[in-house]
Amino acid sequence: MANRKVVLKLGDDVSTDIIYPGRFMATVLPAETPQFAFADNAEFNGKLKAKAVPAGSVIAAGDNFGCGSSREQAASCLKGHELVIVARHFGRIFLQNAINIGLNMVICPEIEAEEGDELEISAEKVVNQTSGKSFKAAPLPKARQAIIDAGGLIPYTRELLMSQKT
Amino acid sequence: MGMTYSQKLLAKASGRPQAAVGDVLEPQVHLAMSHENGALVINQFLEIYQGTSREAKVWNPDRIALIFDHRVPAESSKTAGNQKKIREFVAKQGIRKFHDIRGDVGGVCHQILPEYGYVRPGMVVVGTDSHTNTHGALGAFAFGIGATEMASVWTLGRILNVEAPGTIKVVVNGAFPECVHPKDLVLHLIGRLSAEGANFKAIEFHGETIRNMPTSGRLTICNMSTEAGATAGIVPPDRETQRYLREEAGVEDALDIFGPDPDAVYDQTLEIDAAKLEPQIACPHTVDNVKPIGQAAGKKIQQIVLGSCTNGRLDDLEIAAKILKGRRVADGTRLLVFPASWRIYHGAMLSGALRALVEAGAVVCNPGCGPCLGVHQGALGDGEAALATTNRNFKGRMGNPKAEVYLCSPAVAAASAISGAITDPRTLMVGAR
Repeated sequence: MANRKVVLKLGDDVSTDIIYPGRFMATVLPAETPQFAFADNAEFNGKLKAKAVPAGSVIAAGDNFGCGSSREQAASCLKGHELVIVARHFGRIFLQNAINIGLNMVICPEIEAEEGDELEISAEKVVNQTSGKSFKAAPLPKARQAIIDAGGLIPYTRELLMSQKT
Repeated sequence: MGMTYSQKLLAKASGRPQAAVGDVLEPQVHLAMSHENGALVINQFLEIYQGTSREAKVWNPDRIALIFDHRVPAESSKTAGNQKKIREFVAKQGIRKFHDIRGDVGGVCHQILPEYGYVRPGMVVVGTDSHTNTHGALGAFAFGIGATEMASVWTLGRILNVEAPGTIKVVVNGAFPECVHPKDLVLHLIGRLSAEGANFKAIEFHGETIRNMPTSGRLTICNMSTEAGATAGIVPPDRETQRYLREEAGVEDALDIFGPDPDAVYDQTLEIDAAKLEPQIACPHTVDNVKPIGQAAGKKIQQIVLGSCTNGRLDDLEIAAKILKGRRVADGTRLLVFPASWRIYHGAMLSGALRALVEAGAVVCNPGCGPCLGVHQGALGDGEAALATTNRNFKGRMGNPKAEVYLCSPAVAAASAISGAITDPRTLMVGAR
């Protein structure tokens, strides 16, 4: 994977209300949700909407990223901007949603990164090239691997559906 | 090795004799619930069928529930459009567990499911709502999922690739003191566990306090198990579960009642002495920022919200009505009341609770999620503080990131409405319990 720049650094327990505020929940389609990503962070949302954040840029977060509501918009709005989320860990439903729709993310329990740092991300580790430190990546839940391999839950479910007798 | 209640339930639903922690299971789903976000589920469901020769029919319309609660009546044409799309889908698929915007059978999904006997012990219940945990109060393994996951359930009737979770056993003994309620118990627990303390785990509630607790209180504690990160919060079914289902939910068929194995292995056991609890407050902006009321008392409050899926049941409204009867909501403070369902609304009309609340100056709104997630009514102004019996106080939650939300029990909400500031109900000396 190529080098990625950290464009936003966040702490622990970033809720889906921060990622995708509840008042925009009537908007559901993945094509329409990206405009409301981090809507209450005017500066970052403005950069996203102005296309000033290159695809593949990183949000570095602490523990329990995406805790709270089950709203899938929180994952789809980030995917729409092709962001990569590197967090110490994720909230359960967000993690599952992200895998189901194919949001690029890495569980990295020890990650230390500041805005502007360049990260080199692979399946096994995240190297912060700015600080020179390397951090092990944790595997995604093994139960979900088949979904990842199929390219997301929709194609995976479709495969299972087609293998059922009518 | 002995199994916890969750392990036994999930093994059974997966057609296996055993389920060890971490085993990957594909349990059948007994009930799949969505609210207005069903509009996205429909979208994803149709996408699964796209390009196939199969007709897009849900696996079993009798196992799907759709309930309008997040924005009722619709606040925008967009929401009205989503609701219309769901109504059409429900008719086409023959889904009968559908609760439209109505003053007889309407209400918040997490109240409707128990009230109408849709949830039973031993069931696997999934919902596109993170507080689906609520239904563990009736002995179901109930958890929140996203819309795409739900579309997969609608197609296949089972939930794919679930890992059997480890379980935290919470044992509660002792009687609640005056003015202390199940909400205070669960806030205290979340404060101890932290917002991620139960991530990817189930919480199982035991002890005499739980055995003596009516289903109403059990729904409150299981509802908020989500806020410690728990996949599910469960009260293994007992006599009270059966009483509730028979007498209040009108369930007549046989119930599958079982408990955890006596030698079940738990990840952790926590003990709580209910007799030592005080009223609790979760302070901004995380639910685990919990303090005994003494440390938050005196904070001026502009909006009080009584109700929701957490604390909008008849006993909750009656606790508040008893405190507010013959008193007055303070000037500068507004009290908004959201009963959790229309059945409860009717009950509170008959019991006189609604009258006492309205005469004190409360605004009684229609059952629904209301201001809880900042999408419908009761938004906050910049710099305002709200005190709510709801379940989340995240930044921006009530529609404004420049406002604050504190969480409490109905007794604290009512006492605070009188003074316009966070107030310990024990100081009111009116037999507030």
